Amino acid sequence: MIGGSVVVIGNGMVGQRFVDALRSRDPDGRWRVTVLAEENRPAYDRVRLSAYFDGVSADELNLHTPYDGVRLRLGEPVTGVDRVRRLVTTAAGEYPYDVLVLATGSSAFVPPVDGATLPGVFVYRTLDDLTAIREHARGRRTGAVIGGGLLGLEAANALRLLGLTTSVVEFAPRLMPVQVDTAGAAMLRRYVEELGVTCHLGVATTAVRPGPDGTAGALELADGTLLDADLVVVAAGIRPRDELARAAGLGVGPRGGVLVDDTGRSSDDRIYAVGECAAVDGTCYGLVAPGYAMAEVVADRLVGGAATFPGADTATKLKLLGVDVASFGDAHGTTPGCLDVTWTDPATRVYAKLVLSDDATTLLGGVLVGDAAAYPTLRASVGGPLPAAPLALLAPAGSGAAAAGALPASAQVCSCNGVTRQDVDTAIAGGCADVPALKACTRAGTSCGSCVPMLKQLLDAAGVVQSRALCEHFDVSRQELFDIVRVHGIRTFSRLIAEHGRGRGCDICKPVVASILASLGGGHILDGELASLQDTNDHFLANLQRDGSYSVVPRIPGGEITPEKLIVIGEVARDFQLYTKITGGQRIDLFGARVDQLPQIWRRLVDAGFESGHAYGKALRTVKSCVGSTWCRYGVQDSVGLAIALELRYRGLRAPHKIKSAVSGCARECAEARSKDFGIIATETGWNLYLGGNGGFRPRHADLFATDLSTSELVTLIDRFLMFYVRTADRLQRTAAWIEAMEGGLDHLRSVIVDDSLGLCAELDAAMARHVASYSDEWRDVLDDPDRLRRFTSFVNAPDVPDPSITFVTERGQPVPVGGRSPSPDGRQPVTLGLPEVRR
Amino acid sequence: MSTTTTLHWHTVCPLTRLDLDRGVAALVDGMQVALFRTADGLYAIDNRDPVTGAYVLSRGIVGSRQGVPTVASPLHKQVYDLRTGDCLDLPGVAVTRHEIRCREGLVEVRLRQEE
Ligand SMILES: Cc1cc2nc3c(=O)[nH]c(=O)nc-3n(C[C@H](O)[C@H](O)[C@H](O)COP(=O)(O)OP(=O)(O)OC[C@H]3O[C@@H](n4cnc5c(N)ncnc54)[C@H](O)[C@@H]3O)c2cc1C
Ligand code: SF4
Repeated sequence: MIGGSVVVIGNGMVGQRFVDALRSRDPDGRWRVTVLAEENRPAYDRVRLSAYFDGVSADELNLHTPYDGVRLRLGEPVTGVDRVRRLVTTAAGEYPYDVLVLATGSSAFVPPVDGATLPGVFVYRTLDDLTAIREHARGRRTGAVIGGGLLGLEAANALRLLGLTTSVVEFAPRLMPVQVDTAGAAMLRRYVEELGVTCHLGVATTAVRPGPDGTAGALELADGTLLDADLVVVAAGIRPRDELARAAGLGVGPRGGVLVDDTGRSSDDRIYAVGECAAVDGTCYGLVAPGYAMAEVVADRLVGGAATFPGADTATKLKLLGVDVASFGDAHGTTPGCLDVTWTDPATRVYAKLVLSDDATTLLGGVLVGDAAAYPTLRASVGGPLPAAPLALLAPAGSGAAAAGALPASAQVCSCNGVTRQDVDTAIAGGCADVPALKACTRAGTSCGSCVPMLKQLLDAAGVVQSRALCEHFDVSRQELFDIVRVHGIRTFSRLIAEHGRGRGCDICKPVVASILASLGGGHILDGELASLQDTNDHFLANLQRDGSYSVVPRIPGGEITPEKLIVIGEVARDFQLYTKITGGQRIDLFGARVDQLPQIWRRLVDAGFESGHAYGKALRTVKSCVGSTWCRYGVQDSVGLAIALELRYRGLRAPHKIKSAVSGCARECAEARSKDFGIIATETGWNLYLGGNGGFRPRHADLFATDLSTSELVTLIDRFLMFYVRTADRLQRTAAWIEAMEGGLDHLRSVIVDDSLGLCAELDAAMARHVASYSDEWRDVLDDPDRLRRFTSFVNAPDVPDPSITFVTERGQPVPVGGRSPSPDGRQPVTLGLPEVRR
Repeated sequence: MSTTTTLHWHTVCPLTRLDLDRGVAALVDGMQVALFRTADGLYAIDNRDPVTGAYVLSRGIVGSRQGVPTVASPLHKQVYDLRTGDCLDLPGVAVTRHEIRCREGLVEVRLRQEE
């Protein structure tokens, strides 16, 4: 039977993935789907749950996609399964099924100690748990976590971020006993304690003692220690939620979980189980990747496929309290006769261990603490020959990088989405030529992202050389050209092309070099030979429009403007018969100016106190702002003041592409800062900085980079971010693509501009200081200089004749180019809805 | 192919008004002409961008492609051979080229009109 009614119990990560998988395999909608969910919100990314404390909102964690033919009932837990009548029961009613899928996940295991049910004792599993923890932490000082595993350390970090003095109690003699070996755990402990989290290892918790207000006050340990703890998180393990299955008489695994075979089917062949609640051949998996694999298998079976669960990769890589920890394969070396190779570097505080077969030829598993760069390659090599000599793989510089090419076809490159090297190679052969294409085509790298460096290496290994040559005149990339110009102190294009290029240049390399020279403080962009490098926008300091006329955008920092200045703009527009429009960047664009009018227009604007808005340049455009704490009853900081200060600081900075920014006065984010290259959102105590957003063709939200910064910390980070971008990005590469293409991504960026890992910060700071000091208004400089002014004529032999090709008609009371609305043969649609006229 | 009528020479401006590798527009007999000075010499083509119909070619970036002197339309960046007027990106598209010379420090243009 293919088709009918499927009921899914649970809308967690795996339940949602099952629905996605079924929908994509069943385009005709033969299966009708009902999802019954206990939680009050649709599926969200539980793996990134802790990001909630970093300011990531619940909406951003959303994983749910609505589909036709799928109904979702939130806050309606299933209370019983009737296998004879084939229906499930909730408080609201009964739902018949042809096929039932259990995706109920796990619950936190709370050890039966005294006081475990006191208020102030929490588990760490749902968004509601986190909201409650945040609420309770308010005004409290100390916190403790029971459990020093992966979840416990994540919870400890959360408590630390909430401002609590935090300790961790772990029954085993080391942290992360499941994943990490003794030496690795020792290294991890040093990192953790350095962050101020105290570890109590090898000791059991015997009770939670109430404080004076009746809520949690202290933890009592088996060795008699009493630990202050106003808030307690229990992270002592998880238990599969198999209670419905047990009550319905389904088979369960030896350690719990709904017993299923490798097709996901339980002892009742109309009932399947997927995710953490399932015990596949008796084993439960507490990770999302095996759950996703199960969801795909069951969806495939429902449409008549023959997929089976391939067994799970329990490899993990995490960043815990800022420390990379990875563990994969036989991490503890339990295979008989196996050999260890270990590497400990107390100076850089990196620990690594590889477990090899007895003949030292096959990689069995390993542990990495402090630097997990080699993880993707190593994990993919488990069970196969070593891709390089062990030490070469472990030494941080080697990072296993060059080794990806040696992986066997069957090696799993992306374990989150079950993508093998073979899959990647096939996609490359099919025409995928870069990482974004591979992501779109194979899904590899779209979940945790740790395999992205390997995707790049596989592209290299397949011989997909993305030529770095800028154009036919220069064989190097923009970044290399930047370094050449800087290191050799080159100040002219002609010298640069003579010494480092060939030919005469073109519309690609000339503006790039002009921008590099400008970034390095090259004087006015229209001086001498520089003028010939600029594209027409920079050459006339205005934006070329479709009819050959230009538009003019004066700077309005932060979008704040006095009535007097507004009136001047209105008068200028009226006197020169310009079309006016408010832009998306909170300023006013004046369209339809001829080149010979530009100096006269700017004379008026400059006299009224305006300056160039650089709308024509690959440069900082605007820093938008909401009205912030000055007026808004929700505002917590002066967003307008900051936006103006930032816009004035970075105005005129030439870059590989345009740069946009915005500042919001509180978390409501009215300024849409997260769609900007750098966005700032006010917090109670400072500013959160987001980097790498953009609108446009591929919209992207900026990522949270740093939290609760003071204004000066914020400005230092932005200075470095911008200067590093100006130096190293490719031509026409926005910051988002630049960060995405960077080896190590946002983490690498952080190491460069926060931790100064390349020793560059002083130089970047100095470069920005030079920019700020040397800024002057390009338009004022033109007006003051007859030689520069002479360019602004329509005709060299008839300076007084206006360009006759520029003519206008009137539309909605304003001039617009003739033919602008309906250019000849294309498919532009007339906008005539018979709407009422706007009064003018 | 079209036949070409050659008209007489017009004096346009002093050579010093043409910057190296940067075009200017001139009005010659009511026609808009784009004039260029490169290290290889002087060039004149129609100012009208045949792709968009806007009079902008004089404002494009001057350069070279495989040794050929070029200008790129500032609107959609198609590249034209300054010697012939042929578009190097779109087969079959071309702009009219005109004759240009320098006499005693003055730039002169003779229009060619296609019929
Ligand atoms: C803080 C944290 C960090 C994690 N980090 C990682 C990590 O780095 N890597 C990794 O691989 N995994 C990680 N995990 C584990 C990962 O989140 C789980 O493996 C994954 O969520 C399992 O998905 P699931 O759908 O099986 O269960 P869940 O996501 O828990 O979803 C089960 C859903 O079913 C609902 N439900 C239960 N019973 C009923 C009922 N009777 N009726 C209706 N609904 C019901 C539950 O309310 C829940 O919403 C982490 C988990 C947490 C909590
Ligand atoms: S972001 Fe906050 S401060 Fe700014 S306008 Fe919106 S609600 Fe007000």
